[in-house]
Amino acid sequence: MNAHWLALPTAWRLWLRQMRVMTAKELRQLARDRVLLIFIIYIFTVHIVIAAGGIQTELRRAGVLVHDADHSAASRELIYRFQPPYFELKREVSDADAALTLLDRGQAKALLDIPAQFEKTLNEAEQPAVVQMMVDTSNANSGFLASNYATRIAAGYGQEWARRDLTNAGLDPDKLPVIRNETRVWYNPELDEAWFGTLSDLLTMMTVACILLPAAALVREKERGTIEQLLVAPLAPFQIMASKVLAMILVMLAGTALSLFGIMQPFFGVPARGSLLMFFALTALYAFTNAGLGLMVATFARSSAQVGLLVMLIVMPIVMLSGTHTPLESMPVWLQEVMRISPMRYFIVMSYGILLRGAGLNILWDSVLAMAAIGSVLFMLGMWRFRRQFG
Amino acid sequence: MKPGRVLAVANKEWREILRDRIYFMLAFILPPLLMLVFCYGISQDVEHVPFALLDYDHSHMSRDYAHHYIVSRYFDYRGDLGNIDAADRLLANGDVGLVLVIPDRFQERLLSGQPTAIQALVDGTFPQRARTVQGYMEAINAIASGEMQVGYVSKRLGVSTERALQLLQPLRLEVRYLYNPELRSVWSVSASMMMFILIMTAPLLAALSVVREKETGSIYNIYASTIQRAEFILGKLLPNVLISFGNALVLWFMAMWYFGAPFKGSIPFFLLATLLYVLCTSSLGLLVSMLVRTQQAALVIAVILSVIIALQFSGMLTPVALLTGPNYVIAHLLPAMYYQDIVLGAFLKGAGWATLWWEALVLAGYSLAVLGVVYALFRKRIRA
Repeated sequence: MNAHWLALPTAWRLWLRQMRVMTAKELRQLARDRVLLIFIIYIFTVHIVIAAGGIQTELRRAGVLVHDADHSAASRELIYRFQPPYFELKREVSDADAALTLLDRGQAKALLDIPAQFEKTLNEAEQPAVVQMMVDTSNANSGFLASNYATRIAAGYGQEWARRDLTNAGLDPDKLPVIRNETRVWYNPELDEAWFGTLSDLLTMMTVACILLPAAALVREKERGTIEQLLVAPLAPFQIMASKVLAMILVMLAGTALSLFGIMQPFFGVPARGSLLMFFALTALYAFTNAGLGLMVATFARSSAQVGLLVMLIVMPIVMLSGTHTPLESMPVWLQEVMRISPMRYFIVMSYGILLRGAGLNILWDSVLAMAAIGSVLFMLGMWRFRRQFG
Repeated sequence: MKPGRVLAVANKEWREILRDRIYFMLAFILPPLLMLVFCYGISQDVEHVPFALLDYDHSHMSRDYAHHYIVSRYFDYRGDLGNIDAADRLLANGDVGLVLVIPDRFQERLLSGQPTAIQALVDGTFPQRARTVQGYMEAINAIASGEMQVGYVSKRLGVSTERALQLLQPLRLEVRYLYNPELRSVWSVSASMMMFILIMTAPLLAALSVVREKETGSIYNIYASTIQRAEFILGKLLPNVLISFGNALVLWFMAMWYFGAPFKGSIPFFLLATLLYVLCTSSLGLLVSMLVRTQQAALVIAVILSVIIALQFSGMLTPVALLTGPNYVIAHLLPAMYYQDIVLGAFLKGAGWATLWWEALVLAGYSLAVLGVVYALFRKRIRA
């Protein structure tokens, strides 16, 4: 009785020791694979830097061509208002058709067409002076912004004429009912694209690595036949899988820390408003969730190349459709429902929540629960497949 | 160089692809699948932004004003909040992108002809969405203010509403959307996807076809045979370019018929330019295959590189003209940017030879240059 009671801690110690040795083996194996190692370092450093500069959704210096048939003080005044940061006057064209070919070639974004008699119409104040603007909307987003800003500029200029007309008619132009917008942008008041770009790409790359690396590690053992050695060793299948998962979690945590503290905070000023401890704990949970998926994929593949292909087939939809680059609400409803099974969907809410919005567990608990549930199911499915294949 | 030997290599390659289930999938199933995933995923339409209302005024006019948002297809109404703390919570969890706060005395101030401010709390985590939301709000405010002012002025001056409108808006800007009149981003996205998917799959197929031989060791047969370097390279290139070109046609049909993107350009020009692009990207794949030894590495490099190129340096998400410093230069050194101009030009702008000949020429030159490098790198003698 007594001996049995003493034996239990020894078994536990042995179990822990086996896990430690196996995890160390995984880490060492990864450290010796030059390509994968370079890949990991790249995605957590260089890639994050590239992501900060690459995606730029604000309209900047959109080229404007001008066709001015009036050549008056009023038309020049309006033209002059198309200035950086949003617009840049390219040049004046003598006929509108020539300008359209320039738009075709993408050499300008918009054409401002001011009709003859523009100033006269404004002076007489009998009819509205109509100015046309042709906007290249082949990129729908920047096309919308360009037309939006142009409308704002024209309205601002029109208002100055309206003040004169209203005063002449005997009304105080400052005493008009008008609804102004006092916008307060929360969490990223300057709308710094680098915060969003670096964070969304960190999440994307983490997802790719979290799924790919464990899958690659397991399939490599299959390819080289070393899996047989592990199976005859006094190790439980759980230990073989869990040690791989554990190693990947450690790598992910180190990589995330590297890009957060080494690149995102010092160079791009990305804030960490919530608890960092919680962020890293949830990163570990996310790595676990994806590692389960990766291991399951590995049980379906025979070679590294097949794993790569399968991982790609799974990762692409996850990364594209979980709300990283596009907010979820703009997708078709059926797709939003399908994406409920994607762990990344929840991790995005969590990491934006903790780092940018300063949210705590009291707000994020439902996402955490959902991700933990998905992670456990995936890990168990992976274990089941693994046991069935090798047990 | 003998055409017969090139064809022999090509024939062998073709059979290998058909007999390998995984590669068959990669070659023929993956591209259309990606087309579906990405067209839904990358569409940048900012619509259905969830918003909550915090109405302190509870007046007829405040409800009228909020109604503008509730009926708009750009916003999804998620309820009226009792207090500002609830707004905090909803924004922090990302449940809403906008909280609209209508202040006390909203109606009273407007009726007495005073400017009145509403407050908008916008979630800035998605900068593009935040910016577009501000644009939508500005438009709604302009409409709502305009209606009110016309009523106010015509009442005060005793003139018709037309006259009041003329007094208030003597200048009007008529905006016409060229190429994409409905501002449907799926039109431009599905066209751009041809660029993206082809730069992903075409190099992958080409790279794997060589690296596979390296991995299985069958490349030694090539080393030992009388086949020349150029014959081997061309033999590998030919079936891969043909498959990728076939894929390009499938993607083209999907963009036109499934996603409804209008194709207005010259078909012969577009087909030739697409063939050049596929040749160029397949050559890049061969280049990758010269540098790596395992299929896994080839896969990782090809996929990661193509995703980076397409997302950052092609002009698909950010116009190349807006890129800064090194990114601008890098974009010009990669083929994606040129084909992106070609696809968008041919689809939406109806462009052909006259405007896009330079881009097509660059792709042709690019392919030749890359193939030259591949030729120089490929050795039949194994380096020690």
